Amino acid sequence: MHSKFEIINFSFYYNEKRVLNSLNLNIRANEILSVLGPANSGITTLLRALNRLSDLDRGVRFEGDILLDGKSIFAPDVSATALRRRVGMVFEVPTPLPISIYENIAYGLKVNGKMSKNQISERVEYALRKAALWDEVKDRQHIPAMSLSGGQQQRMCIARVIALNPEVILIDRSCSGLDPISTAKFEESLVELKEQVTVVLAPHNVQQASRISDRIAFILMGDLVEEGPCEKILTTPDDKRTYDYVTGRFG
Amino acid sequence: MKLSTRSGERIAKILIWTAAVFVLAVLLFIIIYILARGIPVISWSFLTEMPRSMGREGGIASAVVGTLLVTTVAILIAAPFGIGTAFYLAEYTKEGVITRIIRFCAESLAGIPSIVYGLFGFIFFVIYLNLGWSVLSGGLTLAFMILPTIIRTSEEAILAVPKIYREVSFSLSATKTQTIFKVVLPSALRGIANGIILGLGRCIAETAAVMLTAGSALRMAFSLFDSTRTMAVHFYILAVEGISMENAYGTAALLIILIFLINVVFNALVNRFVR
Repeated sequence: MHSKFEIINFSFYYNEKRVLNSLNLNIRANEILSVLGPANSGITTLLRALNRLSDLDRGVRFEGDILLDGKSIFAPDVSATALRRRVGMVFEVPTPLPISIYENIAYGLKVNGKMSKNQISERVEYALRKAALWDEVKDRQHIPAMSLSGGQQQRMCIARVIALNPEVILIDRSCSGLDPISTAKFEESLVELKEQVTVVLAPHNVQQASRISDRIAFILMGDLVEEGPCEKILTTPDDKRTYDYVTGRFG
Repeated sequence: MKLSTRSGERIAKILIWTAAVFVLAVLLFIIIYILARGIPVISWSFLTEMPRSMGREGGIASAVVGTLLVTTVAILIAAPFGIGTAFYLAEYTKEGVITRIIRFCAESLAGIPSIVYGLFGFIFFVIYLNLGWSVLSGGLTLAFMILPTIIRTSEEAILAVPKIYREVSFSLSATKTQTIFKVVLPSALRGIANGIILGLGRCIAETAAVMLTAGSALRMAFSLFDSTRTMAVHFYILAVEGISMENAYGTAALLIILIFLINVVFNALVNRFVR
């Protein structure tokens, strides 16, 4: 199976404080990879580096490289804008822009231009269906996105990313504030998406990782402790720290 | 003796209420006093007729037009430069020497008495650039005067837009320009509009700076290069030179009504077009 992302000796610094230590990790195409670890382990930093959202931060520096389909995402001829079209991101908290549901989902399409109104509205519908939100909002796509419930907002954020037809979707602890039913719907849509995209997920707890991941990578204090198939990591990990974490002894 | 929590609470409440009622009473007294003396003077002919015999008789049509012209010029110049500077400061630079210099200059400008602007406008626009006493000189001078207000309020409005909106926009593959125009500007528009309204109010009410730069001609201004007299200047001259207290109050009342109307209309527009 070919690697979507190859993370090679990747270190990341905030104001010279190292938050990721020489990470080496392959992310395979069409898998759901959970990046597991306690808070402040550098997981968000890793996700933000994968679509170069970290470019927006000040005082940051990295070493090593990240390849997407074999080509460095930091190469001078790769534009961050084009990269982010291929690698979408869902944030930790629901982040509707203060516009309508429809406009939120059409936003990424409109800034990229070149699509007719009809094409855009078709894509919006497609994205809403994929995110399991269509039935709930089809008759009120033009109300402010802020008026949706938290769970609906989070699924809308997924739809917003799907609309761009990305190759990879990064999801950062996106279920922290959701009720169990919303979480279940959210996870269902992820599993369904796997056929077309690669999902890199920072699960909000070990149970979520166990429900939907193909593989798990465990990161602690910026170090990749180990990675492997979901079941192995959760039941018979090689490293004691991983075992302690997944069995709830700390974290 | 120590106050009990309850009576302390009660005393604080009374003090706060007294302050609020006192301020409200003073403001209402001023407004009502001026309106009561001024409104009887205002009539259709007062609005539409030209002043006669130095303003003792006739209306104030030319002063109304002068006020609107000078203010419009000032806003049209100050708004784009002010908002542009605010975006530069808030979005395009790191905190550093340049931003500190710009902020320092803007804040210093805000503290200068308006008569000094008037003097500067008189020397620079009226004499050096040879624009004469004119709508343009007056408008330019006022533009400089309100620039700091517009920069400051716009910058605050821009900085108040949540950072996550920008990140979302970037993560959906928008460029910086798209992010600013499609996300930041619409969200900050209400705050920016408030800054413009503040500037507008200052322009309409300004006397010293306009008198030195737009002059005090009573005739109707038809171009940017005509001298004109704004309502505030007209009021000042009528009152100080003892020409007609009656018409002075009429002008003052109209000035208050005008500022009130502009606030209402502008707010309605903002509410209509800004979510």
